[in-house]
Amino acid sequence: MKKIDELEYLKLSKWNKFVYRFLSFFAAIPSKLWGLVKAVGRFFKNIGLGISRECKDLVTTFVKGDWKTKLSYVIMGFGNIARGQILRGVLFLLMEVVFIFYMFFSQLLNADGSNGLQWLSKLPTLGTQGAEIVETTSRFGTVTHTTIYHDNSFKILLYGVLTLFFIAAFIYTWRANIRQNKIAEQILKTGKPLKSGKDDLRSLVDDNFHKTLLALPLTGILVFTVMPIFFMILVAFTNYDFEHDGLSTLFHWNGLAGFKEMLTWNSGPVKYSAAFGEILTWTLVWAFFATFTNYFLGIFVAMMINKKGIRLKKLWRTVLVLTIAIPQFISLLFVSQMFAKNGIVNGVLKDIGLITADIDWWNSPSLARILVIVINIWIGIPYLMLIATGILMNIPADLYESSRIDGASGWKQFSKITLPYMLFITGPYLLTSFTSNMNNFNVIYLLTGGGPTNTALSGTSNVGHTDLLITWLFKLTTGANQKYYLASVVGILVFLVVAIITLVVYNVLPSVKNEEDFQ
Amino acid sequence: MSKQQKEAQAVMKQHMGLKASQRLSNTIIYILLVIMAVIWLIPFVLIVLQSFRVESTERVNYIIPHSWGLKNYKALFDTSFPRWYLNTFIIALFQCVIQTVIVLCMAYTLSRFRFKMRGKLMRFMMILGLFPGMLTMLILYNVLADFNLTGEHSVPGLILVYVASSGMGYYVSKGFFDTIPKALDEAARVDGATRFQVLYKIILPLAKPIVIYTILTAFMAPWGDFVFAAYIAHAKELGMNVAVGLNSWLDKDHVTKYYTMFCSGGVLVALPVAILFMCLQKYYVEGVTGGAVKG
Repeated sequence: MKKIDELEYLKLSKWNKFVYRFLSFFAAIPSKLWGLVKAVGRFFKNIGLGISRECKDLVTTFVKGDWKTKLSYVIMGFGNIARGQILRGVLFLLMEVVFIFYMFFSQLLNADGSNGLQWLSKLPTLGTQGAEIVETTSRFGTVTHTTIYHDNSFKILLYGVLTLFFIAAFIYTWRANIRQNKIAEQILKTGKPLKSGKDDLRSLVDDNFHKTLLALPLTGILVFTVMPIFFMILVAFTNYDFEHDGLSTLFHWNGLAGFKEMLTWNSGPVKYSAAFGEILTWTLVWAFFATFTNYFLGIFVAMMINKKGIRLKKLWRTVLVLTIAIPQFISLLFVSQMFAKNGIVNGVLKDIGLITADIDWWNSPSLARILVIVINIWIGIPYLMLIATGILMNIPADLYESSRIDGASGWKQFSKITLPYMLFITGPYLLTSFTSNMNNFNVIYLLTGGGPTNTALSGTSNVGHTDLLITWLFKLTTGANQKYYLASVVGILVFLVVAIITLVVYNVLPSVKNEEDFQ
Repeated sequence: MSKQQKEAQAVMKQHMGLKASQRLSNTIIYILLVIMAVIWLIPFVLIVLQSFRVESTERVNYIIPHSWGLKNYKALFDTSFPRWYLNTFIIALFQCVIQTVIVLCMAYTLSRFRFKMRGKLMRFMMILGLFPGMLTMLILYNVLADFNLTGEHSVPGLILVYVASSGMGYYVSKGFFDTIPKALDEAARVDGATRFQVLYKIILPLAKPIVIYTILTAFMAPWGDFVFAAYIAHAKELGMNVAVGLNSWLDKDHVTKYYTMFCSGGVLVALPVAILFMCLQKYYVEGVTGGAVKG
C-alpha cells in the first residue's frame, strides 16, 4: 500500500478517496494490531505501576499520618469524624459495617444460609454437592422420596459475581477514605478549615452536580446491565443448560467448550456451527437490505413529498407516520396474519384472478425472507422520511439554484448534491441502523417467529430460515431444550461481529465529527 | 421579429416546456403517493373492519364483514384483556416519569459537564450498547423471581427492568442539549446561579421539545415491548402486557376462537396511543431530526 501525501489525496476523485481510505485501513491492520499489543502491555504496566504507587502512598500516609489517620486504616471514617467531618465519616463507617455484615454475617438474613465469603469460596467449583434423593421409610412401611437440595450453581455464580463487585467497591471506598485523611491533614497544616457536611451537601447541587445527576442512572446501569452482562459472559464458559440446571444437577466451568461447539464443525447429528454460519449470513444479508432499502426509499419518499408544487404535504406525512404511531406488535402481527395461507391477501388475489391456488407465504424460505424485507420497508420508511425531511430542508437552496443555472439535470442534482450531503450527515446513523437491524428482534419474531423451520439443522433449537442471531438466542433460552451457555456464546459473538463492523466503518468514515464543534 | 423578441419567445417556450414536464412529474408523484397512502392504510382499515365482523371468530379471506356488531369488543371484557391493558398502562405511566428523569439527567450531564471520567464513561457505554440486551434477560428473570416480581406480579419487575437500563438511551437528548449554546450557562453562572438553577431555570425551558419527545417515546415503548414482557410474565396471564397477551391469542390453539378479538383488542390499544402520538407529532419529528442525526 503506497502512502500518498495530503496534497495528492485531495486531488483524488471522491470514489478514489474512499477506495484509498478503505485500502489504507486494511493495510494498517498489522501495525494497528501491534499497536494494540503494545497498548495492552502498556495497560498492564500502568496497572502495575499504579498499584505499586498506591501501596507506597498507603505506607507513607500510614507512617507520616497522625493517630487519627492510622486508626482510619481499620475503622473507616474515623479520621473524618475526629476532625469534624461527621457526614463523610458516617458514610464511610456505614460502608464498612455493611461490607463486614455482608461478608461474614449475611447468612442470618437469607434462607440459603450463606454469607459473602462462602459464596466466594464456592465460585471456583460452582458447587460440589448436588441434590440427593433421600429415601425414608415410615413406621408403617411406606417409602417416601424427598429431594434435598444442597448447592445451587446459578446462585453461587450470581452471588459470587456480586461479591466480587462488592469487594471492588469496598477497596475503592477504603482507598478514598485514606486519601481523605491525607488531604485533611494537609489542609489543616495550612491552617484552613475543612469542608463541613453542609458544604458537601451544597456542592452536590453545584460543583459536584454531575455526580448527583449521574448517581441514579449509573447505579441502574451497573446493576441491571453491567453485572448481568458480566454474569452472562461467565455463563458462556460453563455447561449451564436444561440438563445441568444448577439445582438438581450442578453445572461447572467448562472452559472454551461452548465456543468450540459453536464454531467448529463436528460430525454429530446436531451441528451448531452449521446453524451459526447460516444464521450469521442471513443476519448480515437481512441487515444490509433492511438498512439500505429503507434508507434510499425513505429519502426518495421525502423528496417526493418535499417537491415544490406537491400539495397536502401534511396529509401524506401523517398517513405514513401511522406505522410509527401504532404499536409495532399490532401492525406486525396483523400483517403476518394477512399473509397466512388462508388469509386476506390470498383471498383477494384469488378474487381478482391473479392466482388460482393459495400461496403459502410463510412456508417457503425464499418467499418468507423477501416478505420480511418488504414488510420491514413498510415499517421503516416513515422514520427515514422524517429524518430525511429534516436534513433536506437544511441543504442550502442556492446550491440547487446555481446548479440549475449551470444546466444540471434533476438526477445530477440528486447524485452530486443531495446524496453526498445526506450520506455525510447520516453516516453514523446508517451505522447504528445497520447494527440495530442485525438485532431487530420484533420484526422477525412477530412476523415469522423465525420460521419456516430449517429441517437441515434439526436439533439446534428449532432454527428457521428467517431466524436472526438474536431470535436464535431467544430460542436457545426458551422452549424445551434450553442451552444457556450456547445462548451466551451467541451473545458474545453478536457483540464481536457488531464491534468489528463498527470499528471498520468508523475508521473508513470521512470524519468522525468533533462533538465540541456544535457548541 | 427583433432578436430580443425571439429570445423572449424562446424563454417562454422553454418555460412552458418546463411547466409541462413539471406537471407530468407532479402527476406521477401524486399517483405514487396515493398508491403509497393506500398501502400504508390497508392493514389498519382491515383490522378495524375485522374487529366489527361478528359472523365468525376465525380468520377469513374476505374483506367486508358479512354481518357487523360490537360482539368482539364486548367479549374482551370477559377475558384478561382489561388486566393486560391496566398492566401496560401502569408500566407506561411509571416509565414515562422515571425514564424521562433518568434520560434527561444523563444527557444533560454528558452534554454540559467536563469531568474526569466523562470520555471513558461515554466510550464504555457505547461498548456496553453493542451487547444484545436480550443476553441479560435470563439472569434478570432469575433475580426478579427471587424477589417474587415475575409471573403474576410482573408489573413492578418490568418497570424496574425498563427504567434501570434506560440511561443507556441518552444519545438523542444529548444531541439536542449540545445545540443549546453553552454561553447561556456561563452567563448564568457568572450571575451567581448554581448548576441546579441553570438546569432548572434556563436549560429545561429551552429543551421543551426534547423533554416531550422523551416522555412520548417512554410512554409508547411499553405498549410495544414483547421480549422482556414475555420473559418476565412467564406465561402467567395476569402478569402479561397487551403485546404478550394479544400475541398469545394467535397461537395455533387459540387463533380460531380469538382472531376477531385480537383485532378489536388491537384497535383499543392502538387508538389512544396513536391519537397521543399524532397530537405530539411535532415534538417527535423535532426529536428525531434534531437529536437522532447529530447523536
